[in-house]
Amino acid sequence: MKTIGVRRERRKTSWVGRLLTVHGIAGYLFLYLPIVVLVVFSFNASRYASAWRGFTLDWYVSMLQDQALASAVKNTLIVAGSSTLISTVFGTMVALAMERYRFRGKLAFDALLYLPIIIPDIAMAVMLLLFFILARLRLGLVTIIISHVAFNISFVAVVVRARLAYFDMSLEEAAQDLYADEWQTFWRVTLPLIMPGILGGALMAFTLSIDDFVITFFTSGPGSTTLPLRIYSLVKLGVTPEINALSSLMLLISMALVMLSLLLQKGGGGGIEIV
Amino acid sequence: MEIQPRSRRETRRLIFLIAPSLFWLLVFFLFPLVLVLAISFGQRGTYGGVEWSLSLQNYRRFFDPLYLRIFGRTLLIALTTTVICLVTGYPLAYFIATRPPRWRNGLLLLLMIPFWTNFLIRTYAWLLLLRDQGLINMLWTGGLHNALLWLSNTVPLPVWGRLLEATSTSLSLFGTNGAIIVGLVYGWLPDMVLPCYAAIERLDHSLVEAAQDLYANRVQSFLRVILPLTMSGVVAGSVLVFIPSLGAYVTPDLLGGAKSVMMGNVIYSQFMSARDYPFGAAISFVLMTVMLVGTLIYFRLGTES
Repeated sequence: MKTIGVRRERRKTSWVGRLLTVHGIAGYLFLYLPIVVLVVFSFNASRYASAWRGFTLDWYVSMLQDQALASAVKNTLIVAGSSTLISTVFGTMVALAMERYRFRGKLAFDALLYLPIIIPDIAMAVMLLLFFILARLRLGLVTIIISHVAFNISFVAVVVRARLAYFDMSLEEAAQDLYADEWQTFWRVTLPLIMPGILGGALMAFTLSIDDFVITFFTSGPGSTTLPLRIYSLVKLGVTPEINALSSLMLLISMALVMLSLLLQKGGGGGIEIV
Repeated sequence: MEIQPRSRRETRRLIFLIAPSLFWLLVFFLFPLVLVLAISFGQRGTYGGVEWSLSLQNYRRFFDPLYLRIFGRTLLIALTTTVICLVTGYPLAYFIATRPPRWRNGLLLLLMIPFWTNFLIRTYAWLLLLRDQGLINMLWTGGLHNALLWLSNTVPLPVWGRLLEATSTSLSLFGTNGAIIVGLVYGWLPDMVLPCYAAIERLDHSLVEAAQDLYANRVQSFLRVILPLTMSGVVAGSVLVFIPSLGAYVTPDLLGGAKSVMMGNVIYSQFMSARDYPFGAAISFVLMTVMLVGTLIYFRLGTES
């Protein structure tokens, strides 16, 4: 009797397990099939993506010669670079304060710090656009950077705080016992130890900035087109193989960014929480 | 580890650390938020500006059947997306969490790559598949139709006629609610899988074994042990999918066809074409409120059970 019971149990296990495996494979196919189609058609010689007409690199060549695209890439890098720099410094500072000090109004400030993460981006876009209009600020790269910093501070702070939560305070005490002053302790003990968290936060800010469409769209002006805005206007005009080529290239870049973030995580142990 | 600043020096340091972020968030986030609320009570000026007043006219206008219908559809699409992500994402997370440890990192990496890819591009990929001359219709009216033709010539059966007729015209997938939902599920599925995975991976399997020792069957041990213990992941994942789906603009714009189908598109058109800022502000505020209240209720329910 007993053996029969055990055998029945095992058969049940494999049945559920097999279903899970099939579901898992289907899930990954769902995630990757559209991407694969996109990449394959970027090499298709036919302009009308209706059938395969042989291999070509023409679309990549014509994409690289697109002047508007080149300036969009430049704008994107300016925006992402400066907003990452500002938000990483500010976000790290505020993370240090939030993890170490108790002060009046901390709960409210904490809420304010989390709000930009959970608010829908279309709402934030509307808020910022109205603010810039009424403040009579000219829409352009500066307003885009201001907006990106406004949401990126929160993301950097969350990532750095996760890292600081595991920080061993006795290391700072040890440094001060060895007559290091506060600046020396910060630059030579604290900062190197939380660096993986800071880099993780910076990488997240950079990626969010490069990817952002809605907020950028609302806060941009003439001449400040970024890469996502350019892609959007191209897609709106119609599906072309150039967009496929551009998309494939960006896919490659995001893969490289994922690898980089993993390397950072390995170096620091739990630097990035991808949520 | 948190301490009260003890000396004046520490107080000064605390102020130094929080001042830049506090300034930025107050001026470029909280103030604009209050501004939107204030403008939502105003009226559209003659030349598209804002006339300040204190009327509920914009909120009353929201209850116009036209906007209520769009709002209902937005809620329905966001909820459907969340449910689909949950019932497909949870088993996927369970699958990853039960693989051998050396497989797990690779599987998670594969999950993250699409997630880190530009959202526009991911949506565009579905446009390639779903549009009338897209890949799915190419296979439907091309490959499948030809295969059926060949079959009907070799094995004559009455069913072929109807199938041939069906595959002779392309499916209208593009511009439907279904297309929007597919796009949203595709965009936000990793947002569901990652928190669920984190919760399932933390799960202490001896508790499941204990339940089975106490003669709980599979369904019971899942519903009464595994699911309650991983609820934090389910709640977090659902919120992370629901919020962006509710405020979606890009997906309905690219996959939903020409009409304004979701609240995000309505807000967009109030700002970019109708130039009715107060009404757009009112809709944004309603959307934010619904999202915040929904999230709070959901978190409350999730932590109670």
